[in-house]
Amino acid sequence: MVTTAALIGLGITAFRGDQRTALLPGATTHGHYQIELSCESCHTAAFTSADEMQQACVDCHGEELSVSEDSHPKSKFTDPRNASRVARLDARYCVTCHTEHRPEATATMGLSLPDDYCYQCHLDVADERPTHEGLGFDTCADAGCHNFHDNRALYEDFLVAHSLETANHPIATVLTRSSLAEADAPPVLVDAPPDGWTGSAHHLEGTLCADCHDAASPTDAGWIEDVPPAKCADCHEQQVTGFGTGRHGMRWAADLSPMTAGEARLPMRNEAADRQLDCSTCHTSHRYDTEVAAVDACLGCHDDEHSRAYATSPHAELWWGEVSGVLPEGSGVSCATCHLPRVASGDRVRVQHNQNDNLRPNEKMIRSVCVNCHGVGFSIDALADRALVLGNFDAAPGVHVESITMATGRLSERERTE
Amino acid sequence: MTPRILLAFVAALCVTGCSAKQAATAPTGISPQQMADALHAVMESDRAIYTKKVVNRLQNEENVIKASEHWKDEQALPLPAQMFRMGAEMVAEKDAGFTYSLLSPWPVNKQNKPKTPLETEGVGKVVESGGNFYGEETLGDQAYFTAIYPDTAVAPACVTCHNEHKDSPRTDFNIGDVMGAVVIRIPVDS
Repeated sequence: MVTTAALIGLGITAFRGDQRTALLPGATTHGHYQIELSCESCHTAAFTSADEMQQACVDCHGEELSVSEDSHPKSKFTDPRNASRVARLDARYCVTCHTEHRPEATATMGLSLPDDYCYQCHLDVADERPTHEGLGFDTCADAGCHNFHDNRALYEDFLVAHSLETANHPIATVLTRSSLAEADAPPVLVDAPPDGWTGSAHHLEGTLCADCHDAASPTDAGWIEDVPPAKCADCHEQQVTGFGTGRHGMRWAADLSPMTAGEARLPMRNEAADRQLDCSTCHTSHRYDTEVAAVDACLGCHDDEHSRAYATSPHAELWWGEVSGVLPEGSGVSCATCHLPRVASGDRVRVQHNQNDNLRPNEKMIRSVCVNCHGVGFSIDALADRALVLGNFDAAPGVHVESITMATGRLSERERTE
Repeated sequence: MTPRILLAFVAALCVTGCSAKQAATAPTGISPQQMADALHAVMESDRAIYTKKVVNRLQNEENVIKASEHWKDEQALPLPAQMFRMGAEMVAEKDAGFTYSLLSPWPVNKQNKPKTPLETEGVGKVVESGGNFYGEETLGDQAYFTAIYPDTAVAPACVTCHNEHKDSPRTDFNIGDVMGAVVIRIPVDS
């Protein structure tokens, strides 16, 4: 093992680019394969210690876990009173459950443990919750029940509070984006916007060519033809940070060449194979049309069953209605409505540009997206229905998750006893 | 060095951010018990101030904002016990050389029931006597000096919340009752 580590350590420094493929001890997960040749992203030293490796995990995933109010934070397991639990399952370290380079032992969510791991600490769950008697521990994390890290939409009181909701709210409440100009743009004035620029958001807010392309004109030596995300971040820092955290931008963030559609593991359209991903890929240079970015840009690359089914889905019907002006603003559901949700912070509403933030497990989508239009119970059932997800929610859920019934039943039983 | 000076020294260490583990083993002769007592004095004071001057005042006296277990969802104040636990978790993340927790024989969350033999013995005794309890225990491969202090209901917010909580196993608390215990652990050489 030491020899292997030494070879990898030497390889990290001696090999560059694709040469490093030979060093991979096994295929990486869907979450990491894009940056698998950036060995330093995880192996921060030649002989990376467990704590150093853990820090690498935290550097990329810590913020997300913090925002999600991680139900099983490291601090829970560094508490000495849980030493006996740590002896059974050392959850102080991410790699205990998410070991990389072991595709033969890795399931969804990058889980490399048998999926009944909850029994290690919750063997007596039925003592307090009789409804759980006889349930297999391999079903705990089924859609709509429990999530090891993020239970914001699954905790008991939340389920009870939303137990009487119907499938669809009478009025959708998708947040309206704050003006980026007010939020981010520097106070730049413009004398005369160039042709073709007229009407764009940048033109209207007075952003000059040089503000993005650096030099004053295309003939200047400092002219940047392809504006990199880092330049966009001058004004749109939060959006670019999100982009670099998700699968669209994680290669760019790791100082690798930009991701291309052809390198994706998901099905992509053949004609998009060479398309590199940066801000302009979705937002289109100069026009920066958010309607294009919300649907057309996505479907220009993505070619999986869920994406192909969008055009004929009820969500799409609402979107076309909104775009055409027949339906009010905020009533349509584009790809971006669900995968690039709007997030309120203070008096600002911005778009989360990490499209993977609420994607896996899909219950993370309940609070950030679904509840804007649907009841919690309906949302849980819909997301638990695998066929319905693939069909882009083209019918009523064919699956019913008992979690709300269990939560309200426990409350009723307690009230009856009292 | 007199105990008062020692305590002041420990408090200064806490303020300046010096490692508590260093303090426990420094040649100044501060014992683990002195260090635990000093830490508890800070914890108990902060907790009482938050409970009385923030939660009880704003929720129970002035009706400005409520405190809620789901404080984030309900845009409310964190409960005093949650405030205390959040601090304990942040300290745990810092590997500060000590850990602390809030336990009770009647916990709203059963995970906060005494678990180790020393916890069970100590929490039982402090709830019964109202005095402190000290002992040593080995958890995993590490020996700990463990100090256990009574946690007393200091304001109406404490007792009403616990007495009315749907998951509370005891609902007849009064102000002044010992509702649980603060447990401080300091790693020591075995």
